[in-house]
Amino acid sequence: MTGCIIVLIICCFMCLYRVAFGPTPSDRIVANDILGIIVVGFCAIYTVISEKDLYMNIALAWALLSFVGTIALAKFLEGRTYDD
Amino acid sequence: MTESIGLILIFGGLLFDFSGCLGLIRLPDVYNRLQSSTKCVTLGTCLILLGTIFYTGLNAIGIKAILCIWFILMTSPTAAHAISRASHRAGYKLWGGSVCDQYLEDRQADQKKKVPELSVKE
Repeated sequence: MTGCIIVLIICCFMCLYRVAFGPTPSDRIVANDILGIIVVGFCAIYTVISEKDLYMNIALAWALLSFVGTIALAKFLEGRTYDD
Repeated sequence: MTESIGLILIFGGLLFDFSGCLGLIRLPDVYNRLQSSTKCVTLGTCLILLGTIFYTGLNAIGIKAILCIWFILMTSPTAAHAISRASHRAGYKLWGGSVCDQYLEDRQADQKKKVPELSVKE
């Protein structure tokens, strides 16, 4: 199961590359969204490893907060054309 | 037996996750990256959670995993739609090799018909 964790960490670093070097702000928002969903899978695999109930609670809360943050960033990006 | 099914589902989910992130790196455009990564990573994470259900059985962990699958399947297409609509309206260009842009045609048709759009200011 350690290999699963390593594959997901590689995926997280791919997303962080797109957050750091993305040419437009939309790329950064997309990578942030994908990073949130990957962390949910990370918590699920760690639940299988440790067999504790706690980490699935973290996954549920993380899915909620990632969705709210993505919607807020998308509305911020859309509202830019009206104010400037 | 069920643990073997769970492990196979988890490995399939990891494959989909990795291919989605590879598309996030390799594809040329915001919309292409959004299409590749959102679909693949949603399917991959749902397969990982389904494998968790098969691996641990239907106890507290399994019920929470079912809730998590439902929530991801509801919210991830909504977030992808919001990002693509916002980036199109904020004026980010498509890739040069793109074939069609139907949302732009719809917006131009709405402007010809003088449909009032939602606006912040009066």
